[in-house]
Amino acid sequence: MILHELLSYELLRIIWWLLLGVLLIGFAVTDGFDMGVGALIPFVGKSDVERRIAINTVGPVWEGNQVWFILGGGAIFAAWPPLYAVSFSGFYLAMFVVLASFIVRPVAFKYRSKRDDATWRNAWDWALFASGAVPALLFGVAVGNVIQGVPFHFTADLHSVYEGAWYTKFFGLLNPFALLSGVVSLSMLIMHGAVWLTVKAEGSVQGRARAIGSVAALVAVIAYALAGVWMAYGIEGFRIAGHYVTDGPSNPLYFQVERTASWFTAYGERPWIAIAPLLGIGGGLLTFLGLRARREVSTLIVSKLAILGVIASVGLTMFPFIMPSSSDPKSSLMVWNSSSSHLTLFIMLVCAVIFMPIILAYTAWVYKVLWGKVTDKDITEHSHSVY
Amino acid sequence: MDIGIVELSRLQFAMTAMYHFLFVPLTLGLSILVAIMETVYVMTRRPIWRQMTKFWGTLFGINFVLGVATGITMEFQFGMNWSYYSHYVGDIFGAPLAIEGLMAFFLEATFVGLFFFGWDKLSRVQHLVVAWLVALGSNLSALWILIANGWMQNPVGAQFNPMTMRMEMTDFYEVLFNEVAQAKFVHTVSAGYVTASVFVIGVSAWYLLKGQHVALARRSITVGAAFGLASAFSVVLLGDESGYSATHSQKMKLAAIEAMWNTEPAPAPFTAFGFPDQEARRTHYAVHIPFLMGLIGTRSLTTDIPGINQLVNQAEGRIRSGLIAYEALMTVREQRDATPPEVMKTFETHSRDLGFAFLLKKYIDNPLQASQEQIRMAANDTVPEVWPLFWAFRIMAVLGFGFIATMAYFFYRASFRGMRYPRWALWVAVVMIPAPWIAAEMGWFVAEFGRQPWTVDGILPTAMSASSLSVTELALTLFGFIAFYTVLFIIEMGLMLKYIRKGPYIDVAETDDWLRARQEVLAPVARTAPTAIPAE
Repeated sequence: MILHELLSYELLRIIWWLLLGVLLIGFAVTDGFDMGVGALIPFVGKSDVERRIAINTVGPVWEGNQVWFILGGGAIFAAWPPLYAVSFSGFYLAMFVVLASFIVRPVAFKYRSKRDDATWRNAWDWALFASGAVPALLFGVAVGNVIQGVPFHFTADLHSVYEGAWYTKFFGLLNPFALLSGVVSLSMLIMHGAVWLTVKAEGSVQGRARAIGSVAALVAVIAYALAGVWMAYGIEGFRIAGHYVTDGPSNPLYFQVERTASWFTAYGERPWIAIAPLLGIGGGLLTFLGLRARREVSTLIVSKLAILGVIASVGLTMFPFIMPSSSDPKSSLMVWNSSSSHLTLFIMLVCAVIFMPIILAYTAWVYKVLWGKVTDKDITEHSHSVY
Repeated sequence: MDIGIVELSRLQFAMTAMYHFLFVPLTLGLSILVAIMETVYVMTRRPIWRQMTKFWGTLFGINFVLGVATGITMEFQFGMNWSYYSHYVGDIFGAPLAIEGLMAFFLEATFVGLFFFGWDKLSRVQHLVVAWLVALGSNLSALWILIANGWMQNPVGAQFNPMTMRMEMTDFYEVLFNEVAQAKFVHTVSAGYVTASVFVIGVSAWYLLKGQHVALARRSITVGAAFGLASAFSVVLLGDESGYSATHSQKMKLAAIEAMWNTEPAPAPFTAFGFPDQEARRTHYAVHIPFLMGLIGTRSLTTDIPGINQLVNQAEGRIRSGLIAYEALMTVREQRDATPPEVMKTFETHSRDLGFAFLLKKYIDNPLQASQEQIRMAANDTVPEVWPLFWAFRIMAVLGFGFIATMAYFFYRASFRGMRYPRWALWVAVVMIPAPWIAAEMGWFVAEFGRQPWTVDGILPTAMSASSLSVTELALTLFGFIAFYTVLFIIEMGLMLKYIRKGPYIDVAETDDWLRARQEVLAPVARTAPTAIPAE
C-alpha cells in the first residue's frame, strides 16, 4: 500500500496529537457538563422535582457524551498504543475509581426514578454526585502528575514498569501540585455544568446554578493561574537531547531526554502558544461575567472556550512530550516515539475524517430536537417516562 | 513474570467480559425486535404496536444501560491489566476498537436518548428512524469488536517489526475481511437475536399463562418466533462456518474441542460423547459418529484434520525455529540499522515462529538457554485443557439445536394454529429464558479458553501479555468488580422483574381515539367495552 505515504509519518503524528487534544476537549465540553451537573445535583435541587429537572437537563444526552470518553480510550489505543499501555496500567487504582464512577453514573441516571422511594432516590443522587465529582477531580490529578513526570521505565522488551509499591503508586498521585490541578478541573467542570443548568432550567434550580457557577468560575481561574505560576517556577521540564528524527520507528528507547529548569521555556521558543492560557483565564472570567449578566447561551460558549484553552495550554506547553518519565527520562513518551505505525495512523485518520463530521452532524441534530428548557411540567406530566 | 498476576488478570478479564456479555446479546436482538414492532406501528397505526414498542423498549433500556456501563470496563482493561499486550498488538487491535467508537457507539448512544425522550418531539417516521439507528449502532459495534477478536484468533495482515518490538499492520483489508471475524460476527449477532427472541417469547408466555396482556403477548410471540427461527438457523449455520475456518486457522483449538488426540484417517469421526483424559491423551467411553467431523471441518472426504499429538510435535519444531528468530532479534536490537544483512534475513525467515520462542519465557528469562525438557514442556503448553472445551462446546451445540426446535414449534403454532399455545409449551418457553445466555457464555468460553496459551494465536503468549502490577492491586480491583457487579446485577434483575410484573403502559385515550376513528369498520366487534381488549 502506497497511499498512506501521501502524508508523511511526521505530519500524521502531529495530526494525531491534535486529534488527541480534540478528543480530550470534546470529552470535557460535552461529558464535562454531565459530570458538573452530577456533582451539583444535591445542591441545586432541594425537592425531588427540582433534582429531576437537573437530571433531565442531561438525561437524553449523557449517553452520547460519554462515548467521547470511550472513543478517547479507543483512539489512544489505536494511535498511541504505548501511551494507552503505560498510562492505564500506571494509574491503575485511580483508573479503577474512574471506571467505577462511569459505571455507576449510567445506572444512577437510568434507575433513580424507577422507584418512588425517597431513600432509593436520595442514594442515587449521591451516587450521581460522586460519579461526577470524583472523575472530574481525578482527571486534573492525572494531568498534574503527567506535567511533573511519572515514575516508570521500559525494559529492553518494551515492557513498562511503574516504580514503587502499589500504595506509593496510588497515594503518590495525590501530591500537592496534582491536587491543585485536580481543583482546576473539578471547579472548571462544575462551572461548565452550572452554566448548562442555567441554559436548560428555570426558577430556583437556575438561580442556584448561577450562584454556584459564578463561584466555581472564579475558583477555576484562580487555581489555574496559581498552577501556572507553580509550573513556571517550581516544576522542572523535559527536553529531547542530541540528534533525533521525527519520522523514525516508535521506540521510546531510541531517544535521549534531559531535564530543564522549567516547562515554560516553551513560551520563549513558541510565544504564540500563550494564546491558550490567555483563553483559559479570559474564558473563565467571561463565564463569571456572563453568568452575572444572565446571558446563558453565550456564556455556555465562553465556558467551552475556557475549557479548550486550559486543556490546549497543557498540551502545547509540553509538546512534543505526552507522558514524560520522572525516574527514567529516556523512557518518556512523546509525539515522535509512541505512535502507531505510519499505515495505522493513516487508516485511522481516514476513518476519523469520514465519521467525525457525521457524528457532529447528528449530535447537533439531536441537541436541536431536544432544545428548550426542562420545566416542572415536563417532569410531573411525564413522570413515568423521564429520569 | 509472576504467574499469579497473569492468572488474576485472566480471572478478572474473564469475569468482566462474561458479565458484560450477559447484557450484550439482549441489546443486539431486542434493539431489532423493538424496531420491527415500531415499524409495524408506523405502518398500521395500531396503538397496540406502540404499546409493544414502548414496553419492550423499557426492558431494552434497563438492559442497555448495564451493557454500556460494563462495556466501559472492557475498553480500558486492555491497557490496565494487559499493557504488554496493548503495546505489542495495539497497532492492529486498537484500530477496530477506535472505529467501533466512531461508527457504532456514537450512533447507538446518541440516538438511544432520543428513542426514550423523543416520542413527543419527533414525527412517527422520525422516531422510527431513530429506533433503527439504535439497532444499527448496536449491531455495528458487534461487527468491530469481533473484527478485533477475530484478529486475536487468526492474526492476518500484520508483521513483527524488530525496531519497535511489536506487531504492525501491513494490510487493513485482511484484518477487516478476516474469515474468522466475519463468521464470528454473524454467529454472535445471530446468537443475540435468538436470545432476544427467547426472552420475548418467554415473558409473553408468562403473560399468557397468567391470562394478562393477552393482545401484547400473542403478537410478541409471533414476532419473536419468526425472527427467532431465522436467527436460530443462522446461529447454527455460522457456528459451523466458524468450525470450518478453525480447521485452517486454529487447528489446536478444533482438536481440543473434539478431544481428537491423534490424526484420524479422513473423514474423521465426530465424538458425540465421552470423558477426555488429558494425561493419558485419550477419551474414555467415547461415542463416535463416523465421518461427521471430517465433513464439518474440511467439507471433504479426503482431507486430514491433525490430532493433538501431531500438533504438539509441530509446535516443538516451531519453538526451535522461533529460537533462531529470537537470537537474530537480539542482534537486530543491539545493532539496529547496522545489522548484517544475513542476520536480518535469518530473522525474517523465522520471525513467524518468534511467538513460539516466547512460550519459553514462562520457564526461563532467556529462552536461548532453555533445556530440551523446557522446550518439550512449552510445546505441551500449546494444548489447552481439553475437557472443559469438549463439554462447553457440546452444551452450546445441543442448546443451539434446541432453539431451532422451539422456534419452529412456536412459529408453526403462531402461523397455522391461530396463535394458541398449549400450557406445557408456554411453560417450556418460560423455563427456557436462561438457555440462550448459557449457550452464549459457553460459546465465548470455547472461543477464548480454547485460544490458550495465547492471547494472539501463535504470536503472543498470555503469560507475557499482562501488566507489571502487584497482586494487591489486582486483588483490590477484582474484589471491587465482583462486589460492584453483584450489586448492579441484583438491582437490574429487580427492576426487570418489576417492569415485567407491571406490564405495558396502556394509553387509554389513544386507544379510544383509535377505536372511535375506526368505529364503522370495527362496529360488530368493538361494541363490548372498548378498552377491555385495547385495539385487539
